[in-house]
Amino acid sequence: MSEIINVSRRDFLKTGAVISGGLVLGFSMPLLKNPAKAVAGTPALPSPNAFIRIGTDDVVTMIINKSEMGQGVYTSLPMLIAEELECDWNKVRVESAPVDAVYNHTSFGIQMTGGSTSVLSEWERMRKVGAAAREMLLSAAADTWKVEKTSCRAENGMVIHTGGKKLSYGQLAEKAAAMPVPQEVSLKDPSAFKIIGKPTPRLDTREKVNGKALFGADVKVPGMLTAVVARSPVFGGKVKSLNSEKAKSVPGVKEIVQIGSGVAVVADNFWSAKKGRDALEVIWEEGSLANLSTEGMRKEYANLAKTPGSTARKEGDPEKALAAAAKQINAEYEVPYLAHAMMEPLNCLVDLRANSCEIWTGTQFQTVDRNAAAKTAGLKEEDVKIHTTFLGGGFGRRANPRSDFVIEAVEVAKAVKKPVKVIWTREDDTKGGYYRPMWYDRITAGLNADGTPIAWQHTIVGQSLLAGTPFEQAMVKNGIDETSVEGAHNTPYEIPNMLVDLHSPKTGVPVLWWRSVGHSHTAFVVESFMDEVAHSAGKDPYELRRKLLAKHPRHRGVLELVAEKAGWGSTLPTGRGRGIAMHESFGSFVAQAAEVSVSPDGEVRVHRVVCAIDCGRVVNPSTIEAQMESGIVFGLSAALHGAISFKNGRVEQSNFHDYPVLRVDEMPLIEVHIVPSTEAPGGVGEPGVPPIAPAVMNAIFAVTGKRIRRLPITAAELKKT
Amino acid sequence: MISLTVNGKKYQVEVSTDTPLLWVIRENLGLTGTKYGCGMSLCGACTVHVNGQAVRSCVAPLSSVEGKEIITIEGLSSADGIHPVQRAWIEEDVPQCGYCHSGQIMAAAALLSENPKPNDEEIDEAMSGNICRCGTYQRIRRAIHRAARIMAEGGKK
Repeated sequence: MSEIINVSRRDFLKTGAVISGGLVLGFSMPLLKNPAKAVAGTPALPSPNAFIRIGTDDVVTMIINKSEMGQGVYTSLPMLIAEELECDWNKVRVESAPVDAVYNHTSFGIQMTGGSTSVLSEWERMRKVGAAAREMLLSAAADTWKVEKTSCRAENGMVIHTGGKKLSYGQLAEKAAAMPVPQEVSLKDPSAFKIIGKPTPRLDTREKVNGKALFGADVKVPGMLTAVVARSPVFGGKVKSLNSEKAKSVPGVKEIVQIGSGVAVVADNFWSAKKGRDALEVIWEEGSLANLSTEGMRKEYANLAKTPGSTARKEGDPEKALAAAAKQINAEYEVPYLAHAMMEPLNCLVDLRANSCEIWTGTQFQTVDRNAAAKTAGLKEEDVKIHTTFLGGGFGRRANPRSDFVIEAVEVAKAVKKPVKVIWTREDDTKGGYYRPMWYDRITAGLNADGTPIAWQHTIVGQSLLAGTPFEQAMVKNGIDETSVEGAHNTPYEIPNMLVDLHSPKTGVPVLWWRSVGHSHTAFVVESFMDEVAHSAGKDPYELRRKLLAKHPRHRGVLELVAEKAGWGSTLPTGRGRGIAMHESFGSFVAQAAEVSVSPDGEVRVHRVVCAIDCGRVVNPSTIEAQMESGIVFGLSAALHGAISFKNGRVEQSNFHDYPVLRVDEMPLIEVHIVPSTEAPGGVGEPGVPPIAPAVMNAIFAVTGKRIRRLPITAAELKKT
Repeated sequence: MISLTVNGKKYQVEVSTDTPLLWVIRENLGLTGTKYGCGMSLCGACTVHVNGQAVRSCVAPLSSVEGKEIITIEGLSSADGIHPVQRAWIEEDVPQCGYCHSGQIMAAAALLSENPKPNDEEIDEAMSGNICRCGTYQRIRRAIHRAARIMAEGGKK
């Protein structure tokens, strides 16, 4: 045991191996959270355990273990490797990693992309990978020239001797692969960074503007059929009776098979499959959710919110403090279920053979999906290969602990014994569940005589994302699903008496993480209510926040920066209001100020958003800017338009006409300011989302005096009467 | 059997005539740059040019495009150079996930061929049929202005 515990973190460099004449470098890193277990379970490294392949043509292929879904990991992670490798950036190519333990997330112990953690996970490992490869190339050159290694240096894809001799990485690759892997490497001081921290164009742009980028939907294998699936209109429903005669007569339809999720119509092409499905006659046993309605759930949630839940945080004596407060403020907030609505609807291609299974899909959850596919196919995990394509958006939907879209496709392939691609229509995707949960929050603050909040009581009602998943054991403690209360129980505002409690009702609606997860509702509630508190106390909402953040310099830093850049306190044109909000999530701190007007008909127009982010050490400023814009648009779509609702157990929305998202004509001007920092890197994919809804609602209050406590905004609520 | 001209190449395809052009382009011709997003002409991911006009291929039955000149993202650039809109998209580093951008680019190219110097409002109007869930709209606007400049400076097309 002591041997295992004593394994040094620097010992993780294991081996080098030759693949096709190039240098391949493999690593295995213990799980940070559970090193003993990880080391014990670390297998001998098989050949795909590799991050870098240098070809004799000097091309440096980086095998990236994170899924590219728009957030820029196919550029930021190569930047980390290249910084230490000293390769020619123009010769860098990216490949997606196969599924293997060597590619596991360094904190979570599975191969996955999520939680805005890609840079956090790889910040150290990728630089070490690059440094080790560089050292092996230097050793190879020194050995070739019979000189001291210290007389050689690596620069822009070449090893150069002080005497002037040069060899390219491609020329050295084969020999370098046979060099011992260094047991220790030293990393550059950040002041010497040449790539990290510089705005760097994405490596995948060219193929994304000429139509060549391959998404899951684009992959084709010989003999492949296409399937669409009829799923129950009510979650949990089952097929009661099926008449497939008409569907079978649709030209191109090959087979109709029943699977766990419903009825799959398998055809030569998509259109035949879809027409076949339209012709199916299915009667569903709708099950226990047949009467589910949003209105009913709202009433139930509202009642629950009046009762004490499981305690997520308690400070001081909130009850006593509230009773003694000079003033009390109460409010109830609501947000609906939301669909992820990625541009690329779900799809999954499966080629299942007697002893193997190959899968092509855009997934964020390789290990989980691989294991689920193996179980469904009756194969060993190592017999299942997943090819991770580009993802046409993920936002959490492609990281399902239940692997719904993968298991379903394996079931269809198993039934038809041919390669088959299951394509979800937009309607399937919208109605298919795994939504951001609906939330109902009840919140009370007590102010003292000078208007300072001294008590805060926040009750949260909404489904647990993790209940019933393999993550429950690790992430649900004492009745508290961390993802339900994040951003609320750990609010940085210094209030001496505080209670945050939680109800996690079970509704049967499938729920899942949705870009920024719990923060997507807690920031709306906390930051809107803080605005209410300030106005009620006759204080400036920005100044009150500053005061309550006295001990939190990073929170205060972004707040002050955004106030400065937005011109907080300056006069706006008539009819415009300004709102501010600040929220920490995924290790980053983001503040946003929104300028908004509201038409007499109640139509909201967001004109300008100023955003400040402190995400610690910056890798690619261009990506950070893009991700802030992206998060703001994502959050605005939800705040202004997004709602999934139920009636008679059925989802009422189906496509972009009734589940609208932001379009270019509603796009505000966005400016992003990045706080320079030497702190550890935080996330950027999600932290832009949480502050925008409250910033906009606070701006609406500033201009109309109306407080929006239920999302999405409706024009009726804001119409001048 | 229906004959189609796509990116200057003639094809004969045998599919039912109600099949939307999108699926024929993707599945029969193997040109997968044109994307499926909604199937209802709501998102623009499937935008192609038919006789120079931006058309949502997800709702264009094959019978409606027979004998017409169809250009997809794969055929936008000519042999003698990248199309100014694609160049501008690269220079502004527009795409994130990238799924919608074939459609965005085809819509922008059609706009610029009719209006070589659109202002923001005209861009918003012409491009509001194209959804980007990653929210690249600000860069899309910038890239269209840049493409207009490239074209004005003789970057052809």
